[in-house]
Amino acid sequence: MKRRLLLLLPLIGFLALSLFLYQGLSLNPFHRESALMARDFPAFDLATLESPERRVDRSLFTSGELTLVNVWGEWCPECKREMPQLLDLAHRHEIRMIGISWKDTREKGLGFLEEFGNPFEVNIFDPDNELGFELGVFGAPETFLVDGGGVIRYHHTGYISPGEVREKILPEVQKWR
Amino acid sequence: MALIRLLLPVLLLSLLAVGTVHAGAVEVREFDDPVMEQRYRSLTASMRCPTCENQAINDSDAPVSGDMRDRIYLLLQEGVSDIEIRDHMVQRFGDYVLYNPRLEGRTFLLWGLPAGLVVFAAILVVLIVRSRRNASASALSAEERRRLQALINRERTE
Repeated sequence: MKRRLLLLLPLIGFLALSLFLYQGLSLNPFHRESALMARDFPAFDLATLESPERRVDRSLFTSGELTLVNVWGEWCPECKREMPQLLDLAHRHEIRMIGISWKDTREKGLGFLEEFGNPFEVNIFDPDNELGFELGVFGAPETFLVDGGGVIRYHHTGYISPGEVREKILPEVQKWR
Repeated sequence: MALIRLLLPVLLLSLLAVGTVHAGAVEVREFDDPVMEQRYRSLTASMRCPTCENQAINDSDAPVSGDMRDRIYLLLQEGVSDIEIRDHMVQRFGDYVLYNPRLEGRTFLLWGLPAGLVVFAAILVVLIVRSRRNASASALSAEERRRLQALINRERTE
């Protein structure tokens, strides 16, 4: 009888493996972890959106203050929807925010900030996806949390809902502040 | 049935339209060196577009795929090796971009499981065959021989 039960082992193994792999089917590849997690914010040298003469680099993120970096574009409807949440994070929760104006023209970028508000201390102007490529950005909006030492600690792809501010962004900010 | 017959040409036409859109989206590049062209082709075919649903970057019109093709082209011109180009992309976009994940700690199960199962099954077969062979080869005990003889005799007398 015991030997008979042993014959069931392959079937049980197969079912366990199927169950494990079946879970993978419902994972959303969009929510995969960034390759830059726990790595240094990449080096760059770009002008700001506000002023073509002012150039900024990596030292923007090594001032010792926790920073939320948001990649946005005027052409991106979800970026507009998420602006109220970003304004709230900047003003009510007093989080330092830096924007990356991504694949956009200066004129449209500035118009966007005028219309939807500007939670950012400064906006890095990246029309040709120089910094975006280094960050592995594949679509706006994307948001990175960078700690005081310039290390990327959290990455969010896509729109940030008010619920996600409470459940994801704020806990991460608390953790790394 | 009639509905299908009606819809089929429409469906086929729409497929054709999708095909032409994609063909038009990917730029044509000039290469002096046919080897480099071949490398470019295989590199862009072996990487997954980070934002589309399972499309290689050589076949995708997503902006990020275009940027990745540009970068691969640039790196090839600079004389960077295929492995370094793959690493360059993985460092930025993650393992996700490789259709063939690299062999490392995290992917050990993925690559090792099929080979492991084959070895396991082979060992199992060998063990079973051996135990069967031993069982049939073992001689009958004196008691079994007596019982066998008794059975044969009974058969004969009946």
